[in-house]
Amino acid sequence: MRVIQYDEIVRAIRDMIIYSTTHLGEDMVRALEKAYQEEESEVSRAVLSQLLENARLAASETKPLCQDTGLAVYFVKVGEELRIEGGSLKEAIYEGTERGYREGYLRASTCDCFTRENLKERIGYNLPPVIYFDLVPGDRLEIEYAAKGGGSENASRARVLAPAQGIEGIKEFVKEVVSDAGPNACPPYTVGVGIGGTFDYAAVMSKHALYREVGSVNPDPELAALEEEWKEELNKLGIGAMGMGGTQTVLAVHIEVFEPGRMCHIASLPVAVNIQCHSARHAHITL
Amino acid sequence: MAEYRLETPLSDDDVSQLKAGDIVYLNGTIYTARDAAHKRLVDLIEKGEPLPFDLQGAVIYFVGPTPPKPGEVIGSAGPTTSYRMDSYSPILIEHGLKGMIGKGKRNEAVREACKRYKAVYFGAVGGAGALLAQRIKAAKVIAYEELGPEAIRELVVEDFPVVVVNDIYGNDLYEEGRKRWARV
Repeated sequence: MRVIQYDEIVRAIRDMIIYSTTHLGEDMVRALEKAYQEEESEVSRAVLSQLLENARLAASETKPLCQDTGLAVYFVKVGEELRIEGGSLKEAIYEGTERGYREGYLRASTCDCFTRENLKERIGYNLPPVIYFDLVPGDRLEIEYAAKGGGSENASRARVLAPAQGIEGIKEFVKEVVSDAGPNACPPYTVGVGIGGTFDYAAVMSKHALYREVGSVNPDPELAALEEEWKEELNKLGIGAMGMGGTQTVLAVHIEVFEPGRMCHIASLPVAVNIQCHSARHAHITL
Repeated sequence: MAEYRLETPLSDDDVSQLKAGDIVYLNGTIYTARDAAHKRLVDLIEKGEPLPFDLQGAVIYFVGPTPPKPGEVIGSAGPTTSYRMDSYSPILIEHGLKGMIGKGKRNEAVREACKRYKAVYFGAVGGAGALLAQRIKAAKVIAYEELGPEAIRELVVEDFPVVVVNDIYGNDLYEEGRKRWARV
């Protein structure tokens, strides 16, 4: 049994949050630079150039890239031969989240669904986070984090299609979601698509798909081809950066299917589309 | 596409010259408000009670900034999505509001109110919160402190960059931009 200290996890999460909300990932900087090169609309190019300038400024001042520093959403893989000493893993993630958001001067954006009261006093500063745990072989602890903003989450959708609708039906649904998102969710977007499993699991996969490095190629050649085709199709919508009109609406499409077997029920075809704004703040650590 | 530098409060003449797509640099005092603050403002109007700031010619910025670090005027401060304010904006426009700053589409009722009472909807670049904060020179909470990031703040801005999305003539920058670049 390998032992990890509670405090080590808290510190690693705190640091990861502060760094990634103030430093845009290299993959995103490359993707925005490429979009800037390829964008044909003058207005959208101006927006993209401001976004790159914003990223440089945020990093140099350690200032949040965006005022919506999101809900903290984690995918955690816990090695079965691992033990946490000094407290529970869940508590460590909570404490790391609270310290990262408070000490990094990030925004507390959690509230009561009914009363809309901010939860910073009653539950904790930007608590609770959303956590998906998975048990895996080995003795490592892998934590993937995203600061998921409200605007792009509001434009996301899930739907269970009829099997007869097939891949064409999925593509049409993805187009419908991105078209409806329009200028609202801060394009250019990364589009996470979860296919298969159940109604709920399709949504989880669509979110997890967004943690993949933007610009990376899907290891499954069939999915990689669909990602390219759909991206091209979506860029014909003309939405452009911040919806001002242009050719660069989508930076990447990321598809996840339920493995093994690309499984779903014989009666269903669940699909979810999670929209990610251009301020994609993702990070991961392995302890 | 023209460029203008304007001082707040805005007059009918100020907004009448603006067309969708124009770039405007705003100067002077503007006010922040999101969903919760809008609800309270509209409640006050309906009860006939005074508002925490003068609405005549005012510009409201839809923003919930991050907390400032010690020594900073304000934290990161980019626009939030505007449609959530659609049910409140028309009544504020009717009572003197001249400008709104946010991001994303507005509904028909807001666009109609902009035409009827001469008001404009500006877009700022979403997700550029660090950059936009540089143009904010002073900030103080003037109402609803308990709302935290949603409190109403009075901001003093210098050449705050925005684009006219909806003008008083019924034009919409998003619709025009998309129509021009769509290839479907």
